[in-house]
Amino acid sequence: MTDTIAADKAEALVTGKLDELLSGYDPSMEPQEFWGRQYDLGLAWVQYPEGFGGLGVSPKYQSIVQRRIEAAGAPTWNRQINLLGIGMGAGVISAHGTAEQMHKWLRPMFTTEDMWCQLFSEPGAGSDLANLSAKAVRDGDEWIVNGQKVWTTLAHIAKWGMLPVRTDPDVPKHKGITYFIVDMEADGVDVRPLYQITGEAEFNEVFFDDVRIPDEYRLDDVGAGWRVSMTTLMNERVAIGSRSLPRGSGSIKDAIRAWREYGHDDPALRDELTRLWAEWEALRLTVERANQMRKAGIPGPEGSTGKLAWADLNKAITAFSVELMGWDGTLYPGGYELHRPTEFEDAGSPQRNFLRARANSIEGGTSEIMRNILGERVLGLPGEPRVDKDLPWKEVPRG
Amino acid sequence: MGDTPRVTFALTEEQEMLRQTTRQFLADRVSPTVVRDLMETETGFDAALWQSGAELGWHSLAIPEEYGGAGYTFAELSVVLEEMGRALFPGPFLSTVVMAANAILIGGSDSQKKELLPGIAMGESVMTMALFEGSHGAVTDDIRMTAAQDGGDWVLDGVKKNVLFGHVAGTIVTAARTPNGLSLFLVPADAGGLSAEHVPTLDAIRKQATVTFAGVRLGPEALLGSEGTAGDVIDQVLRLASVALSLEQVGGAQWCLETSVEHGQTRFQFGRAIGSFQAIKHRLADMLVSVEHAKSTAYHAARIVDDATEMLVAAPLAKSVCSEAYLGAASDTIQILGGTGFTWEHDTHLYFKRAKSTSLMFGGVRHQRRLLAEALGL
Ligand SMILES: Cc1cc2nc3c(=O)[nH]c(=O)nc-3n(C[C@H](O)[C@H](O)[C@H](O)COP(=O)(O)OP(=O)(O)OC[C@H]3O[C@@H](n4cnc5c(N)ncnc54)[C@H](O)[C@@H]3O)c2cc1C
Repeated sequence: MTDTIAADKAEALVTGKLDELLSGYDPSMEPQEFWGRQYDLGLAWVQYPEGFGGLGVSPKYQSIVQRRIEAAGAPTWNRQINLLGIGMGAGVISAHGTAEQMHKWLRPMFTTEDMWCQLFSEPGAGSDLANLSAKAVRDGDEWIVNGQKVWTTLAHIAKWGMLPVRTDPDVPKHKGITYFIVDMEADGVDVRPLYQITGEAEFNEVFFDDVRIPDEYRLDDVGAGWRVSMTTLMNERVAIGSRSLPRGSGSIKDAIRAWREYGHDDPALRDELTRLWAEWEALRLTVERANQMRKAGIPGPEGSTGKLAWADLNKAITAFSVELMGWDGTLYPGGYELHRPTEFEDAGSPQRNFLRARANSIEGGTSEIMRNILGERVLGLPGEPRVDKDLPWKEVPRG
Repeated sequence: MGDTPRVTFALTEEQEMLRQTTRQFLADRVSPTVVRDLMETETGFDAALWQSGAELGWHSLAIPEEYGGAGYTFAELSVVLEEMGRALFPGPFLSTVVMAANAILIGGSDSQKKELLPGIAMGESVMTMALFEGSHGAVTDDIRMTAAQDGGDWVLDGVKKNVLFGHVAGTIVTAARTPNGLSLFLVPADAGGLSAEHVPTLDAIRKQATVTFAGVRLGPEALLGSEGTAGDVIDQVLRLASVALSLEQVGGAQWCLETSVEHGQTRFQFGRAIGSFQAIKHRLADMLVSVEHAKSTAYHAARIVDDATEMLVAAPLAKSVCSEAYLGAASDTIQILGGTGFTWEHDTHLYFKRAKSTSLMFGGVRHQRRLLAEALGL
């Protein structure tokens, strides 16, 4: 009984705050101002404590918040704009950060005033993230960082970066890592564009040359960086693989549009389109089921299959859309203009989406790694031999 | 279908020499930097490079001696096409030497052959064919453009899409309907009323244009061969073009295989070469199998182009198998290279884009299978 009352109270609390937020909403308001109010009313992420953008209630109420805000026509796209911050950074800071750290970083992240990036990958450490070699050496209350990161999405507009570095080369690779938040405007940080298959430079190379990071910007303990990194990656995969979408949306919509526009009626093509639609819908329902189970506190395997399935399917569907366009699929509207986007460029022509989709099975962990994780952690199969597990990091072969 | 004709796959000594000199030339003169520089231009064409290729004999190989060619066969040309696919050779070779030359050879009058083919063989002419008008297939039934007779002249009206190097070609062979049926016309690029506009392409190396014919007036000699017979000529040309693309696809897929294998040997993660992981090793072994199959179908088709009946099977077989092999290989190469494979800087994306667009050209994989099913009476 007490649970029900608490739930009633929680729902009333959330609804009350929502009324307050939305009654003060005016379409001419800057989105950032609206997000600021949403944060201050505890409606940014309701499960966080009061004062940190939350109300300390069950995360299941977040969907009410989302629905009401959407229905009111108020802005909700801060999550897309600042995906790395809101989708990953917030989770990691709330799990491993201090109250001061949460105060410092969460609000401007939520309003998109401060953009975030994730400085994990290095030339020698991609799938094998724990092999990273960028290093930090302690100097009193500060750390001095040197090294290079790569494939850093939106580093060129980010204010803050999530940065695991090596602080002890003499212990096995998972043990000598420490996790920092770095000010991307600090002296010694050099961000250079890397253009990709579509002509956009969404990602970058980042060089650190004697960059000083105050010790207050360290998340969790010295040497605990691997654990913190894992939290980030879990959040990333969930952010990628658990987007709730309406039926028939996303890339399958492009395919259906091409089917109609080009007046196809071939039974073989129809069968393929229907098969892809069915797979998309199956995935969508699995994501929905996983989201409900997670909110009810029952995590199951359906949660970790999302990213893998989505990557393969999105690649297949975008390729098929272009195929349905026939010779028009050989065109590239607008051409390849090398440029640096200032936010995620999510959609474009079917051809552009087809090219962009190639990254789905690489970014946020490759599909091979995802399959290894599913096989070993979910299905409990024996792991592959690990030649480097107990070696001190500095003795691990690399190339 | 009767017995499959038995072809000899092994290269003759002469063909082997041709492969070596072609590969060497391409390595010396058509580096990825050269390809990318040309890709950045609107024409994608380098006259000096074009002329050097002609001097090596590429253009004249499959043109009969009586028309100024070297009198070899498609099998020799196919050696060059494969190497071109491997190097992503830029320029209107396919449209000039494979398409226009064969349209003239198959459909032209003797005097037209005598007049036009030597120029192609010498590398003096740049040509293309303007066939499609935005249809999603590659079938002549969809052609709507008209050619009306006015006095002794022809007047052409219509818009052709996806014309390979249409803005670069000096002569465009186009298809239009006359009261007597589908016919081919030779249109000089400077004809009044003709305009060709470059359109950006997925594979930015192989340029395309939209060509508009607004009352283009031509003399009676513009008709290629005889009126009303173009349907069959075009079908034959498309089959040859499909086979030519299959060979290019083999060359490109082979590049992907070699690039991925090398990466598998040299890239280390988790203290091991990534090629030692079964996930990667098996992918590469599968890639090898599909590239080998692609080679067999493409080489087979290249050797039987004169057998009209067998071509009905061999051309769509090669095009469908090679398209899937190349696209699969290029996709897997991106995956195996990880982040590097997704960059503009690495050449893999050029092959990937080429693979996708060649799979769509002259009818996609499903169209090719439809042709195959028809040929097999299924
Ligand atoms: C568009 C895009 C955006 C990105 N954004 C970011 C970002 O913001 N921040 C960031 O830190 N990183 C980012 N990345 C990097 C991404 O996380 C890495 O590219 C990815 O983890 C793979 O690493 P790698 O590229 O070094 O490939 P490698 O690790 O070298 O992998 C090469 C191949 O080997 C395979 N392989 C490796 N290990 C194994 C194994 N044990 N078993 C089987 N196969 C294996 C891989 O699956 C892959 O096919 C981004 C990447 C892309 C493409």
